[in-house]
Amino acid sequence: MLERIYKAQKLFDTACETLGRQINVMEVCGTHTVSIFRNGIRTTLPAGLKLLSGPGCPVCVTDQGYIDIVLQLAGRDDCLIATYGDMIRVPGKGGCLERNQPASNVRIVLSSEDALQLAKDNPDKIVVFVAVGFETTAPATAVAVKEADESNIDNFCILSGHKLVVPAMAALLAEKNNNIDAFLCPGHVSVVIGSGAFAEIVERFSRPCVVAGFEPMQIIEGLAEICRQLVDGRAELKSIYTAVVTEQGNRTAQKIIADYFEPADGYWRGLGMIEKSTLKLKDKYSRFDALERFGIIETPGEDISGCRCGEVLCGLIEPTECGLFGESCTPREPVGPCMVSSEGVCAAWFKYGPEKKHK
Amino acid sequence: MCLAIPARIVELEADNAVVDAMGNRFKAKTTLLDKAKLGDLVLVHAGFAISLVDEEEAKKTWQLIAEVNDYA
Repeated sequence: MLERIYKAQKLFDTACETLGRQINVMEVCGTHTVSIFRNGIRTTLPAGLKLLSGPGCPVCVTDQGYIDIVLQLAGRDDCLIATYGDMIRVPGKGGCLERNQPASNVRIVLSSEDALQLAKDNPDKIVVFVAVGFETTAPATAVAVKEADESNIDNFCILSGHKLVVPAMAALLAEKNNNIDAFLCPGHVSVVIGSGAFAEIVERFSRPCVVAGFEPMQIIEGLAEICRQLVDGRAELKSIYTAVVTEQGNRTAQKIIADYFEPADGYWRGLGMIEKSTLKLKDKYSRFDALERFGIIETPGEDISGCRCGEVLCGLIEPTECGLFGESCTPREPVGPCMVSSEGVCAAWFKYGPEKKHK
Repeated sequence: MCLAIPARIVELEADNAVVDAMGNRFKAKTTLLDKAKLGDLVLVHAGFAISLVDEEEAKKTWQLIAEVNDYA
C-alpha cells in the first residue's frame, strides 16, 4: 500500500509543478470529509494541493428558512416531528429541536419507514417527516409517500428538503467559486444517480470529475487520477468506485424519485436559490406536502449573525477563518450547521484540523 | 446520515429484510433493489438497501465505520 501512496504523492508533486499554482480539489460528500480528516490524508498532500469541502453534508446545506419552518411546526400541539438525528441540534429562530421544543413533539427516526410507522401509531397527530438529504435519501422518502398514499395514511406528510447534487456543483462553479479545479464526486449519491450524471459538469465546465469510495486508498487514488488529468490538460469523468457504482445508477430508485417528485427551484445555505436543484412532491401528492398542508411559503432564512458556514460550503474560506470557530462555535455548543453534524466540515476541522483552537 | 452500511440479508419477506452488519441486526427495506435475495451483501442507507456490494468492499467499509464511530 505504501508504494501506491508514494506513487500518488509523486503525481501530486508533478501536478503542482506542472500547473505552477495552487490546485483546488473539492469533495462533495460528508463521509469523504470525515474520512479525509480521520485518515490524515491532508498530511500526505503537498502544500500546493488543497482540498475543499463542498456542499455535501445534507444538514449543512439546508437553508435557515427550512430550519425555521421545522421549529415552527414543532411548536404546534397537533404535530409530531420525525427527524434524522443530525437535525435536532441545528440552531434556528428561537433555538433548536433538541432544547427549545417540547420533547414529546420531536422523535428521532432512522428511516422514512419509521416516520410512517409513527403516523400509524399516533392517529391523533400529524406526523411531519423532516425529509432532508440528497438523491440517496429521496427514494426512501418517496417509498413512504407511496405507502401513505396507497394505504390512505392521511396524518403523514413530509417537509421536503431533498436536494440534487449536480445542479449545486454547476451553480457553485458558475456563480460562487470558479477556482475549483476538479471534483472528487460522492460515492453513495453516485450509487443512485450513476457516475454518468457528472458528465454535465465535465462537459460544461471542463473539470475532471472522479467518483471515489470512502476508504483512504480510494480517496488517494481518486486524487491521483485528478492530478493525472490536470497534468495532461484533460477533463474527464472517471469512476474508481466500480465495486458499488455503475454508470447508470440504481434505476429503480431513480424511477420512484421521478414518480413522486419533480425538480423545483430551492434555497441552499451559502449558495442561495438554485434553479431546479431541489425535489418537490408532484401536485397529485400535495396532500402529503407539509408546506401545502399548513399553508406555509418557504422563504430564504436569515443566516445566524457572524456564522460563515455559507462561505465554508462554497470553499471560499476555511473554517478557521470564521471568527466564531472554536470560540463561541464548538461541537458542544454549535452555532452553525457545519459544526453540528458529525459530517460537517467545521466539526471535522475542530477535531482534526491543523489549526484547531480548542478552548 | 450520509453513511451507508454494508450488511448481509439474513431474513427476507417480500421487501422487508433483516440485515446483519458487524454483528448488529436491524430492519431494512429492499424496495429499491429488486434483485436482492437472502444472503446478499447490500449497502443500506437510511433504512433502504440501495445496491449490492462485494465481500471485500464490505470489509473495508466496516473498518472505516468502526473508525468513524470512534470519532463520533
